Amino acid sequence: MNMEKKTKKTAKVRQIDCKLITTTVKKLFIEANTSLGKDVIEALRKSLPQEESATGKEVLVKIMENADIACRSKMPMCQDTGLAVVFLEIGQDVHIVGGNLREAIDEGVRQAYAEGYLRKSVCDPLTRKNTQDNTPAIIHVDIVAGNRLKIIAMPKGGGSENMSAAKMLTPAAGSDGIKKFVLETVEQAGANPCPPIMVGVGIGGSLEEACILAKKALLRPVGEANSKDERLVQMEKELYTGINDLGIGPGGLGGRVTTLAVNAEMMPCHIASLPVAVNIQCHVARHKEVIL
Amino acid sequence: METPRKIKTPLTEEVIASLHAGDMVLISGEVYTARDVAHRRLYEALLKGEALPIDLPKSVIFYAAPTPTPPGKAIGSIGPTTSYRMDFFTPKLIENGLKGMIGKGSRSPEVIAALQKYGAVYFGAIGGIAALSARCVQKAELIAYEDLGPEAIRKLIIVDFPAIVINDTLGNDLYAQAQKKWRVNR
Ligand code: SF4
Repeated sequence: MNMEKKTKKTAKVRQIDCKLITTTVKKLFIEANTSLGKDVIEALRKSLPQEESATGKEVLVKIMENADIACRSKMPMCQDTGLAVVFLEIGQDVHIVGGNLREAIDEGVRQAYAEGYLRKSVCDPLTRKNTQDNTPAIIHVDIVAGNRLKIIAMPKGGGSENMSAAKMLTPAAGSDGIKKFVLETVEQAGANPCPPIMVGVGIGGSLEEACILAKKALLRPVGEANSKDERLVQMEKELYTGINDLGIGPGGLGGRVTTLAVNAEMMPCHIASLPVAVNIQCHVARHKEVIL
Repeated sequence: METPRKIKTPLTEEVIASLHAGDMVLISGEVYTARDVAHRRLYEALLKGEALPIDLPKSVIFYAAPTPTPPGKAIGSIGPTTSYRMDFFTPKLIENGLKGMIGKGSRSPEVIAALQKYGAVYFGAIGGIAALSARCVQKAELIAYEDLGPEAIRKLIIVDFPAIVINDTLGNDLYAQAQKKWRVNR
């Protein structure tokens, strides 16, 4: 009886081969670099009538035209095809076989950037010598229930990443302090991160968790509010208006449309801290995912 | 919408003086790609008094590093990278004759002052539309620093490349002006 139960349990374990992970990662990075998400295209389309500046309108039209050309001709939308950020949600009943997971992912990145004619933009921090194959990938792992493996590929551009920031606020700063920090970060970024941007905000956790939350917030579809916390829905709305009031506009050339979305995520933190991270994403807001 | 003005490189003194912040232009002719590491090398060569791989007084530098060229194309996707990272090196290049730069994002007060003092201009291009921009590039040729891969210096022949004058010889700054104009104070 006892034995039977055990076999039933282990039968749930699924094996996933590293080869499949490599081909999936490769496909996702090529796709992400050449085809913009429907949500972003829709948000751009909706922003056009909101833009009052003629130059701003022209920039928005060009951005949509570019996305269309890239998708049809399979060319990267941007020359910066990004640092290869990978989010994994690994079911606890998944058994990865046929190799090493990190190596399988890096190999997928290597193949995508070579065969997809993507730019290799990774280098040694001090010598600045290019690693030649866009590896290593930045990998974030979550262990979840079940026996599936979700892979999310997010090529992240340097221009918008450079304008991102994290800060340990005091608890006294509260939500006003958070909003002030987000607005300051976006204002300082100006034209640099290729507006219209998207803003990911991570609140709470620890220093690194706030940064990961901010990046994960960028994976949420444009136009979808936080579904877990009413307070964040309100904050997202206020920041969206506040950022668009900055007047930075498309291409930074002035206008009404500076951000397409503000997505915030939050988790509990230490009684002494209030970590906040702002991850800025450009209009080439790339990510593709697959569940194996 | 004003019609953009067509200009050719190398930029002459008269053309540079006639360009003002906010002017839309279509640039044709030769431009050279160079960004972070290439700038450090150019800068160090100038300090050491060594010859440069490009003739600065005849040059417009495009802060860009394209994607690899697919078969049958003149170039991969290409567009501007953020310019402020080159600010440290730029005044020295302008002092030595550099006439124009194409990039995205604001420049430092030192760069803006050098543009005024020596007569040069900074053009902004739209970032992130690199598949579209690639259509304006007719030819790309490796010139120097091949070891830098995408960051190497390449000579591009561009035709009607759209840009907008951000900083002119009078000290104007389009980004600052435009953002001030559109800012809403509630
Ligand atoms: S910020 Fe984004 S759109 Fe702009 S150059 Fe970098 S990757 Fe491309």
